[in-house]
Amino acid sequence: MEVVLKNLTKKFPGRDKKNPVEVIAVNNFDFTIPDGKLVGLLGPSGCGKSTTLNLISGLEKPTSGQIFFGDDDVTKLPPENRGIGLVFQNYALYPHLTVRQNILFPLENLKGKEKLSKQVMEEKALEAARLVQIEELMERRPSELSGGQQQRVAIARALVKMPKVLLLDEPLSNLDARLRLQTREEIRRIQNETKITTIFVTHDQEEAMSICDLMIVMKAGVVHQIGKPQDIYDDPKNLFVAKFLGTPAINVFEGEVKSGKLYIGDDCIMDAPGVKDGKVYTGIRPEGFKLNETGCLKLKLSRVEVMGRDVSIIGTKEESLNDNIRAIISSDNLVDTRKDTVAFDLNPKKVFVFDYETEERIRF
Amino acid sequence: MEVTGRSNLKAWLYLLPALLFLGVFMVYPLVDVFIYSFEEGYNSASQSFFGIGIYNYSYVLHDPYFLQALKNTFILVIITVPLSTGIALLISLGLNSIKKLKELFQTIYFLPYVTNTLAVGLVFMILFKKTAYSDGMVNILINAFGGESVDFIDGPYWAKMMVLCIYTIWIVMPFKVLILTSALASVNPVYYSAAKVDGTSKFRIFYKITLPMISPMIFYLIITGFIGAFKAYSDAVALFGTDLNVAEMNTIVGYVYDMLYGDSGGYPSYASAAAIILFTIVLTITVINLLVSNRTKK
Repeated sequence: MEVVLKNLTKKFPGRDKKNPVEVIAVNNFDFTIPDGKLVGLLGPSGCGKSTTLNLISGLEKPTSGQIFFGDDDVTKLPPENRGIGLVFQNYALYPHLTVRQNILFPLENLKGKEKLSKQVMEEKALEAARLVQIEELMERRPSELSGGQQQRVAIARALVKMPKVLLLDEPLSNLDARLRLQTREEIRRIQNETKITTIFVTHDQEEAMSICDLMIVMKAGVVHQIGKPQDIYDDPKNLFVAKFLGTPAINVFEGEVKSGKLYIGDDCIMDAPGVKDGKVYTGIRPEGFKLNETGCLKLKLSRVEVMGRDVSIIGTKEESLNDNIRAIISSDNLVDTRKDTVAFDLNPKKVFVFDYETEERIRF
Repeated sequence: MEVTGRSNLKAWLYLLPALLFLGVFMVYPLVDVFIYSFEEGYNSASQSFFGIGIYNYSYVLHDPYFLQALKNTFILVIITVPLSTGIALLISLGLNSIKKLKELFQTIYFLPYVTNTLAVGLVFMILFKKTAYSDGMVNILINAFGGESVDFIDGPYWAKMMVLCIYTIWIVMPFKVLILTSALASVNPVYYSAAKVDGTSKFRIFYKITLPMISPMIFYLIITGFIGAFKAYSDAVALFGTDLNVAEMNTIVGYVYDMLYGDSGGYPSYASAAAIILFTIVLTITVINLLVSNRTKK
């Protein structure tokens, strides 16, 4: 099911009674989530991504704007009539019910024509349990399950009614690192098998990049960029997106454009035809460095970290906004650690220039 | 750490004051009451008795005043415990669902808790008692609807029992409301959101989610409610005065008191036997309650 948000806005009244300042959690969202895709809402804490999810689920009412599922306007529909499955951040499994009873719960709510026979309900519950591979845990209680297993039960409960849209709120945040890797593969697999449009919220860019078909990067209630993870990474629209995606993070420098050439300090690193003179921000991805003794960018060498597969060269430069500049190169290259400086050539595809005022990308 | 004899001794030393007081004021009297209840013809002045046996129990169980007190207590328990818990639950649900003036209403419902029992008794007098000048508020209401006045304080048994039940329910209500409102408030709202997304009806949310989540508190209230109602005495005194046997409104604790200090008193053996009977009843009911609550938990 395609999900369309049209000029969606959500404002919360200010908490401070003397000086109420409205908080705009979601500011004029206008985008389409295509059918059958796994979509990640990505942004730092408090950027409104959970609110967006709650608006789609119907738990929150928008201040203005509309939400469509396919051609149906669901803006005014209560959550139960939208045909969604929602997995809460803390799973919200009913602690006094067994796994089976938890999964059966949504089915038992069906009334009138939709009412199912006991046998059909059991079959559906088992099917959902099988999908998330917990069929041998059916008689346990949530307190007897690990975090990962609870997560699966919550997904099974959300899937048992075969929703049109599956929503996951920070699905991996309560899991330890190893389970996180495993569970995100699981979510990918479950989505591939069910083909249900799935929207999940995360603040972890790695998580989003690894499994999303489509990623929506937002900050402070504003959508900054929508696209395939690799496309966003390779072609960020602004400095925030460039900084938010990628581990290790992008290296940002204060630079300057002088008559069509881009400078960082005294180093002229590349041509910038058509860019007007003035200060800019320059971002260089860690993998964009190529070791070359006569290279254009010179850094003060701090240390070298050998990781096996590759080598990180840590350096500093006055114009850098980060304390350390990290360049990742193949471990075939040898660095002379006795020297004070190290010089690099740059891969122009990994270098981005941003406006100094607006922080928007300057393309050339 | 290994517990040596020395540190063991130290531990006992620290515990000694508490143990001493508990022993003297709790354990010893309990044991003593138990012993008294089997000593026949005990005389507290000469500290002598004729023999040991179950005559005291036999006497108490054949005493019409005791049987009346037993009946009164059971009626009181059976009527007030479920009713007060049920009404408290309804009030708490109401308090929990309103948004405006929530604190004000919570305070109002808690007021009876800090009000003196006898003061409350006075209010009930005004409501129910027939005097030379007035038949009481309730009778005025009954008259307004065309009914005949009922003497609630000195009248028929059912009328007096009704007043006692209403009084008891009213007096235990604030504590129950307080416990249940905080129990309701402690249920994580995310469960309600989850239920809402799944299209759960209001009744089913209450029955399947709210009730199980607050059930430990409900069981707590039922158990303490049973114990409290079995030990009722002051409420009856506040309404009907100290001569409860004449009013047919005595309770088991009242009977124990009368046997010790009342006009017909001075029989510690009978009082002890009655107290032990009460203890046995309360223990049995509590054990049954616990068994039931453990069973429903599973």
